[in-house]
Amino acid sequence: MLRSRGYSILTKVDWGVILIWMALMGIGLLCIYASGFDEEHPRFFDVRNRSRLQAFWVGMACVIAIFVMVVESRFYSIFAGTLYFIALLLIVATLIFGSEVNGSKSWLSFGVVSLQPVEFVKVATALMLAKVVGTYTFRMQNLRELALALFVILVPFALTLLQHDTGSALVFAVFIIVLYRAGLKGLIVLSCLFLVFLFILSLLVEPPAVAIFIGLLCFALFMIFSKRYKVSLIAIAAIAAVTLTLHFGLRPLDADLPLFESLVIAHAAMLPVAAAYAWWHKLRYMFSIILLFVLSVGINYSVDYVFDNVLKEHQRRRINDLLGIESDLKGWGYNVHQSKVAIGSGGLTGKGFLEGTQTKGNFVPEQSTDFIFCAVGEEWGFVGATLVVGLYLFLLIRIVNIAERQKSAFAKLYGYGVAAILFFHTIVNIGMTIGIMPVVGIPLPFISYGGSSLWAFTILLFVLLKLDVGKYE
Amino acid sequence: MNEFANRRLYIIVFFVLTCVVILGRLFYIQVIDSDYKRIAAQNVMRYEIQYPARGLIYDRNGVLLVDNQTVYDIVVIPRELAAFDTAMLSQALDVPPEQIQATLTAIKSKAKKTAAYQPALLRRQVSPEAFALLQEKWFKFPGFYAQARSIRSYPRSVAGNLIGYIGEADSSSIAADPFYTQGSYIGKIGIESFYEKALRGKRGVSIYARDVYNRVTSSYANGRFDTTALPGDNLVCSIDVGLQEYGERLMQNKVGSIVAIEPATGEILTLVSTPNFDPALFIDAHRVAERSALSANPMKPLFNRAVMAQYPPGSIFKCLNALAALQEETVSEKTTHTCSGGYAFGRRFVGCHRHFSPVNLTQSLQVSCNAYYCHVFRSIIDKYSSPQDGFNVWRRHIESFGIGQRLGSDIPNELRGILPTAATYDRMHGAGRWKSLSIISLAIGQGELGVTPLHMANVAATIANRGFYYTPHIVKSARGKRPDTSFLAPHATTIDRRHFDPVVQGMYLAVHSEFGGTARIAKIPGVELCGKTGTAQNPHGEDHSVFICFAPKDKPLIAVAVYVENGGAGAKWAAPTASLIVEKYLKKTISRAWLEEYVAGGNLIQQNATQ
Repeated sequence: MLRSRGYSILTKVDWGVILIWMALMGIGLLCIYASGFDEEHPRFFDVRNRSRLQAFWVGMACVIAIFVMVVESRFYSIFAGTLYFIALLLIVATLIFGSEVNGSKSWLSFGVVSLQPVEFVKVATALMLAKVVGTYTFRMQNLRELALALFVILVPFALTLLQHDTGSALVFAVFIIVLYRAGLKGLIVLSCLFLVFLFILSLLVEPPAVAIFIGLLCFALFMIFSKRYKVSLIAIAAIAAVTLTLHFGLRPLDADLPLFESLVIAHAAMLPVAAAYAWWHKLRYMFSIILLFVLSVGINYSVDYVFDNVLKEHQRRRINDLLGIESDLKGWGYNVHQSKVAIGSGGLTGKGFLEGTQTKGNFVPEQSTDFIFCAVGEEWGFVGATLVVGLYLFLLIRIVNIAERQKSAFAKLYGYGVAAILFFHTIVNIGMTIGIMPVVGIPLPFISYGGSSLWAFTILLFVLLKLDVGKYE
Repeated sequence: MNEFANRRLYIIVFFVLTCVVILGRLFYIQVIDSDYKRIAAQNVMRYEIQYPARGLIYDRNGVLLVDNQTVYDIVVIPRELAAFDTAMLSQALDVPPEQIQATLTAIKSKAKKTAAYQPALLRRQVSPEAFALLQEKWFKFPGFYAQARSIRSYPRSVAGNLIGYIGEADSSSIAADPFYTQGSYIGKIGIESFYEKALRGKRGVSIYARDVYNRVTSSYANGRFDTTALPGDNLVCSIDVGLQEYGERLMQNKVGSIVAIEPATGEILTLVSTPNFDPALFIDAHRVAERSALSANPMKPLFNRAVMAQYPPGSIFKCLNALAALQEETVSEKTTHTCSGGYAFGRRFVGCHRHFSPVNLTQSLQVSCNAYYCHVFRSIIDKYSSPQDGFNVWRRHIESFGIGQRLGSDIPNELRGILPTAATYDRMHGAGRWKSLSIISLAIGQGELGVTPLHMANVAATIANRGFYYTPHIVKSARGKRPDTSFLAPHATTIDRRHFDPVVQGMYLAVHSEFGGTARIAKIPGVELCGKTGTAQNPHGEDHSVFICFAPKDKPLIAVAVYVENGGAGAKWAAPTASLIVEKYLKKTISRAWLEEYVAGGNLIQQNATQ
């Protein structure tokens, strides 16, 4: 019985995914070996030991994979809630007993072994979200049910934030892809993207300028929807008049109002007029535009406030570095700069395995963990980097396809959860090494050094493979 | 949920688009942009600190006192070392090859524990000439770098303990201010220390890229991340270097101090403290032995006596007591007292020397009568209902001359001096159990009094000004501006201007009167010098010789205080020294060569040692 089931697993499992999984782990081993390699001292000192340790983690990952495949597939849907609960308990335990590394309290030590529970919480959250949203009676339109789904995401998000592990916390935002596939309105997803855009804009540009930009955007929307060009022009003229009056008119009274502020006040003064106009002409969409304006400006100013008063110094610096507001080559910009030098110097075909001067010279801090992609970029060049990115993209598409062929909503949504998490990790990690994403410390799936993340990603992936096999039963 | 199946396509398109962005960026930095290859090939950046040139110091006439010179520190980055010609390096640096090898071994063993990329010091202060020789062959020494440093040089070896010196910052300075790192220089004493922040300037950093031969080829990112060093402010000090040198010559082989002040401004024209030292001792890294000998010297040459030594003022203090009594109206110009060789009251006796008697107030200063001042002092204290009240009134007058407090000059470590309070005597005699007679020593400037030569010169300047003084200071301007506007505000004393005339007259007669003038030796032909001698009693040996003076009488240009330790009577050493200083400043030439020879030739150090 057991043998025949084992046989059925071997035939029905998606070997393509497993091959990519193995390839990525292999690449990881080579890169970790390369980044610890030192020709002058070919002895086993601690950095080089990392490749041996990683080999051990890979071996364990294979055992874990087999274990995951052997468990009854219904187990994952039935015990999703329990696993989720245990995972949350682990995070709380980390908050209380955990040890602090690089400013975030995200490690839980058991004697010699240390775990990063947040990696496993992602798996549990993916399962739990799939279970909640995949319920037969779940309706996205029902606000209470949507709130429940959001609650599943927000609790681990908040707990991770409490650990000061902003990078890992951000990962939970990517579950919006799962909700989108389950029927969340495209408009909402678009709004979220707009929010992110607004967030970055707020950091880059002074608040009044953003407010004016939003005002213009709202005008454009109004003109597109209503086609009342005459009224729009009158309104623009009115705003200009109020602005200039405020700016120059107050001068004799010794109250010099800057142009920006005058413009913002003029915009604000227009709001009740616009609302009255909308009410009079029964233009419902116009209220949405007004709401968009008010919310956007509010968000813009609160982002400014949060950035200055809530974020920690190191987070501010990282964001500033990324957005090019400040650049400090000796400080936070150093990692990214050195990482770009390493990858950029790789050229088209790379310097060759163990030939990377930057990789060997330890110029990039955290090279074997968060900045492992430098080794790929430097030693294997653009060709190797494309191969790795291609492997990930292939894996993601394959996972989406596996998800789509599931009959149960649970398995399908879980599949999207897996794709979403891997997508976020890959893009943000590679993005930060080449300077287009903020430096948030999250690992590159299957390649970065570290047991916790490797095992968690393996579990994440193989639970899906098991569900895929299970659908034939 | 299957009605949303088409969303799979959107999601996949989103994934693909993001990956395309990533690949596009990778293509750009790896294939198109060659900058990164260049940086990596040149093997990262090298940070070179640009040390600012320290501000120069000039005298009041624009003569350069402290200059800068460039030397090179040779450093080694252990990680980059390769085989090199030890003999050639040893020849160029003038260091035996064994020593180079030993230093390198030490650096290497240390580098294993710390970062091997950290530059380690091999040799300090290589001269520009030696460095020029080495620079041509620089590519033969991979891992070696030269860091240009600006160190001090002294065109005129003068005023060591006034100017001060610079040395490596100690650990507490490094901890207190991020400007300093291991090996950076900081002003230690004198002007160098007090004006450290103005003199030091602002450091810059240059980021360089290097070629395979280890030569710095280009500045990184066209210097976008470089910061330039801002040189320190140049200081113009109020010292007249000619006068200073002359003062140091006069004071050679004597322990003591000369302070000369321009009364109208409070600017210090000369501030001599002997024994002195050559500030150049402190800049040469290879004169360690001489430096330690200096700090071990029992005569303490590093110690600026002009502000850091306090002495009993002696008879010069009579001027202040006379002024206080005139202000309190317990004495008038016409008040006379007889003196029969001293002042006796009960068991107490204050002795006096032989002079004509009786004397009025002006004459009392002329002949420096002790008995007269016992009367004067008691008249102030006993004017009030209790000795405490009387004493407090007296003290307030004295204090207004800056006695017993830091004057607030820009010379570091200025001493407060000693001016007793009523509480001091309450402790000594019991509360209420003392009277004017118990503290009679104060009448002639002895007892519980301590003043620095700077205090004394300030008293002379105040009398010259007839009742006010400017805080004495040494720096006129930093980068063309006055560093401290508080030096521009006059400090008024509690004495009315009219009371100064009899005192000034007494000081004039002390120099000019043929009948009992105590300071006749100080008389300068053609100059109306006013002065007061003092002989401070010294229980440990020969009395100290004291003199304060100013000139000309009615339009004073210079006020001088001279203190010669163990010099005996005021007229013996201090008065002639001060007189020569005044003559040198006002006349530029010395008419009394014999006096100059006498003063400059006097060797009190040897004389006291043989006694």
